[in-house]
Amino acid sequence: MAIISRGFSGRRSGAETKLPPGQYLTTDFPVLSAGPTPHIDLDRWEFTIDDGRNILKRWNWKAFHELPTENIVVDLHCVTRWSKLGTSWEGVSLDVLLANVKTDLPYAMFRSHGDYMTNLPLKDVTNNQAWIAFKYDGSDLAPEHGGPARLLVPHLYLWKSAKWVRGLRLMSEERPGFWESLGYHIYGDPWKEQRYSEE
Amino acid sequence: MTWRTATIIGLRDETATARTLTLEVDDWPGHVAGQHVDVRLTAADGYSAVRSYSIASAPSSDGRIELTVERLPNGEVSPYLTQQVIVGDQLEVRGPIGRWFVWDPEQARSVQLVAGGSGIVPLMAMIRWRASASGTASFRLLYSVREPSVIFYHEELRALSSRANSVDVTYAYTRVTPKDWPRPAGRIDAELISSATWPANLRPSVYVCGPTSFVEHTTELLIAAGQDRQKIRTERFGATGERK
Repeated sequence: MAIISRGFSGRRSGAETKLPPGQYLTTDFPVLSAGPTPHIDLDRWEFTIDDGRNILKRWNWKAFHELPTENIVVDLHCVTRWSKLGTSWEGVSLDVLLANVKTDLPYAMFRSHGDYMTNLPLKDVTNNQAWIAFKYDGSDLAPEHGGPARLLVPHLYLWKSAKWVRGLRLMSEERPGFWESLGYHIYGDPWKEQRYSEE
Repeated sequence: MTWRTATIIGLRDETATARTLTLEVDDWPGHVAGQHVDVRLTAADGYSAVRSYSIASAPSSDGRIELTVERLPNGEVSPYLTQQVIVGDQLEVRGPIGRWFVWDPEQARSVQLVAGGSGIVPLMAMIRWRASASGTASFRLLYSVREPSVIFYHEELRALSSRANSVDVTYAYTRVTPKDWPRPAGRIDAELISSATWPANLRPSVYVCGPTSFVEHTTELLIAAGQDRQKIRTERFGATGERK
């Protein structure tokens, strides 16, 4: 039973029904990163898929932009408790990127410039659930929000949507990424409020 | 991680809009400097709101923590915590949380702290821990504020910085400076970074905390001054700001 906070009534927006538990609505776009924002030269940008032994796929910026893109409108939920509804992005679906990759490996580690990484089950980034996004709200994605390109996996907490993404490695078993090694949940479903690892 | 009952045992105004709450937490497991807690408020009808706040106090074994909360004009939780609560009130906390933006006194190398506004709070926990644990790391703090009246922990920082082998504090004022201040009001620039922060060849551990634009700006300057980006840890808060 929760302690009642004397005299606290709170501010209810009516939007709570659309929000996962413990989240509040924001209209601006806060930034959360563990370190400095990297600035990535587009001439040297690439996105690769590997299995720990071989590089299976590789795109440079130009080749990446020849892939079919999608416009998506999604809600974002950050583990620091803000949610932002109806954000619009343009990106390439992971279904496109993984289309000709034959693998039995069930997990992926997404890796970024600046050495960030985050783990995801492969089934969570296929079937129209994840994109490599390079435009936000019609403009090139700003560096502090992960530009030139970031992963977007909106059904999980936003730390899973790795900024400055540069590739993914397929793995046979689940291994924790950066925040997942520092006390955050291995999976991160906002609707189940999986914020922290229970330890 | 469980919710714990916390009783407010002390209140102290830091500025006109910021207040420090001293909480006695049931079975507090202890923390390290730089970590934060989730605070949960619950209304009589069961509605609840949760926000994260950095811990301002050094780790101690007395089950007490201090949070410094800045009141945000349209905040849902911060006005309650800064204006309504009184000593004896109870709320709930969960934590400590975060194992990245942390420092402990066993890290003996030079430490550079850079704070923007209420971003001082987790850095103050590091300064206090260094003092209470008699840490030997060489500390410098560069603290950017709008004007003198919004400095947190001003007297305590003055007292600490006047001790030998303690923390070296430099203020930067963005809007209004004290009288006869040598540097005109303005954002931190390359010159101030070079005069008030550890040189890159000492390879300091760098902690930067503040609003997003502040963190972006100062980390760019630190990297331009030669600091290793791998040694810079950041904590940012957006305009919603309730992270602190």
